[in-house]
Amino acid sequence: MKNNENGSDAILYKKENQFKEIWRRFRKSKGAVIGLILFIVIAGGLLAADLIVPYEKAVSQNFGARLAPPSMEYPFGTDGYGRDAFARLLHGGRTSLSIALLATFSSAIIGSSLGAIAGFFGGKVDNLIMRSLDIFMSVPDILFTMAVVYALGPSFTNLLIALTLAYFTNYVRLVRSQVLNLAEQDYVEAARAGGAKNARIIISHIIPNAIGVIIVNTTLNVAKIILYESTLSFLGLGMPPPHPEWGLMLAEAREFMRTAPWLMFFPSAAIVFTAASINLIGDGMRDALDPHLKS
Amino acid sequence: MYRYVFKRLLFLIPTILGVTLIIYAVMSITPGDPGRSMLGTSAPQADVDAYNEALGYNLPFFQKYLNYLIKMIFHQDFGISYFTKLPVFQEIWPRFLVTIKLAFFGIILSTLVGVPFGIYAAVKQYSAFDTITSLVAFFMAAFPAFVLGLMFLYIFALKLNLLPSYGIATFAHYIMPAMAISIPPAAQNMRFTKSSMLEAIRQDYVRTARAKGAPERTVIWKHTLRNALLPVVTQIGLNLGMLIAGAVVVERIFSIPGIGSLIVDRISYKDEPVIIAGTILISITFTIVMLIVDILYAYIDPRIRAKYAKLKG
Repeated sequence: MKNNENGSDAILYKKENQFKEIWRRFRKSKGAVIGLILFIVIAGGLLAADLIVPYEKAVSQNFGARLAPPSMEYPFGTDGYGRDAFARLLHGGRTSLSIALLATFSSAIIGSSLGAIAGFFGGKVDNLIMRSLDIFMSVPDILFTMAVVYALGPSFTNLLIALTLAYFTNYVRLVRSQVLNLAEQDYVEAARAGGAKNARIIISHIIPNAIGVIIVNTTLNVAKIILYESTLSFLGLGMPPPHPEWGLMLAEAREFMRTAPWLMFFPSAAIVFTAASINLIGDGMRDALDPHLKS
Repeated sequence: MYRYVFKRLLFLIPTILGVTLIIYAVMSITPGDPGRSMLGTSAPQADVDAYNEALGYNLPFFQKYLNYLIKMIFHQDFGISYFTKLPVFQEIWPRFLVTIKLAFFGIILSTLVGVPFGIYAAVKQYSAFDTITSLVAFFMAAFPAFVLGLMFLYIFALKLNLLPSYGIATFAHYIMPAMAISIPPAAQNMRFTKSSMLEAIRQDYVRTARAKGAPERTVIWKHTLRNALLPVVTQIGLNLGMLIAGAVVVERIFSIPGIGSLIVDRISYKDEPVIIAGTILISITFTIVMLIVDILYAYIDPRIRAKYAKLKG
């Protein structure tokens, strides 16, 4: 009994240590730390959007103040309807970020489960899943999401469904190849020889070894989905107006390119900085979780 | 090898069937019927019903799908546009060729820029060239094509007045759109080529080549490059999805009469026949290009060739 307790303590200690070790390696990369700070600032600002500036300001039109340049009252100026661009940027970003995070999460869960099933069971199940996936992946992502959003109508939930359907495929391939790869490792064979059951092998050997790659990809996917979502909203397939979104703001700013170029500048910068900060975090995590990739 | 090619070609059939089925099924969720869309809101219900009946709209789903497929394959008949009332194929084909041309320029540019830069950055790892290009590539990977397109429009057309801002009249018209769609994949190619090169440089056969005294030039060109570029071929094929996504937005920005902008335009008119046909046509092209890449890969990689040669015997 006493032994057992010591054992679980040791495992707990080891886990904590592992986390510290990963954090230590992550911290060593300057880019990753800059990315993390940048992302915390951006995400914090977007989450606190309601506290900084009320949603009302992002949608209420004021024709007296159309296309006002940046000033104390309107830090990022106003758009063609006299709406506060700063408020639109914050509230629009909050929607985009929430959709990106939720879509990444749901596609990771669905895709990883399918990939694990395909890799672990192999044979007919694997064949069925992978062949269907090949067909699914033959429709370019952008057209597929456009078709789904068109068919279901633009809304938060439908965007989420469209992006999840477009992105879960990545995880199926990734997790399947991880599982296939890991199942051949000596320690899995050793565990099997020691009489470990499937469930135990999956929980204590496969998942802990595959999770690093999945986490890194999930992080990088958030950035990809943000870019994709902004593309959809640029094409007018995002949230229905008057709800602000970064892509939509850019699409609207286009006609005022000559007179109010700042309207283009701020949403572009927001998209690029958000995506870049997430990519920095992802790259840092890859180096921290997978030290052998970095010579 | 022939067996492999044949097998892959054969798989093209279920893939195309599956792709059309997915698109057709997704689009059939949309509310509304063709009769109402063709005849307008003021037409009497009896006429609408008669039109739908004549078109076979009331048939079960799979029968409708099969009819669509047969007409599509044997007669290039994709139906009639709700918006212009013209045959869909006549509308999408010329625009499809424009998009293909744009994507072709995009593939060439993104490969010619991304791959050599990636090779050079890997060969001169940690040099100033490596640091700068890697940093630039990193930031470019965070730019969506439409932000680049708008930036170019602002700088080159509006401020410097160097390039035409819309249409496809001359070669110069293609410069900005092609640049905008090829920069994100070029950045990706550069990063991918670099890591692939670095991985190859660390292999044992490279160490052996160096140990036996082969000149650095031979080591890089003969031993490293040939192995490192294999995965890059697949990567270039995968870029196509990115280029199509880029083409859709860039065609909008630069008013290019391509298939992407056609689909987006017709979405607001609920012109389903055009949306379905355009999506199917691009998806089929995409599938065929991916197939060519796969076959090319098997052709240039002796390991895969050997694997299938063995299977044959």
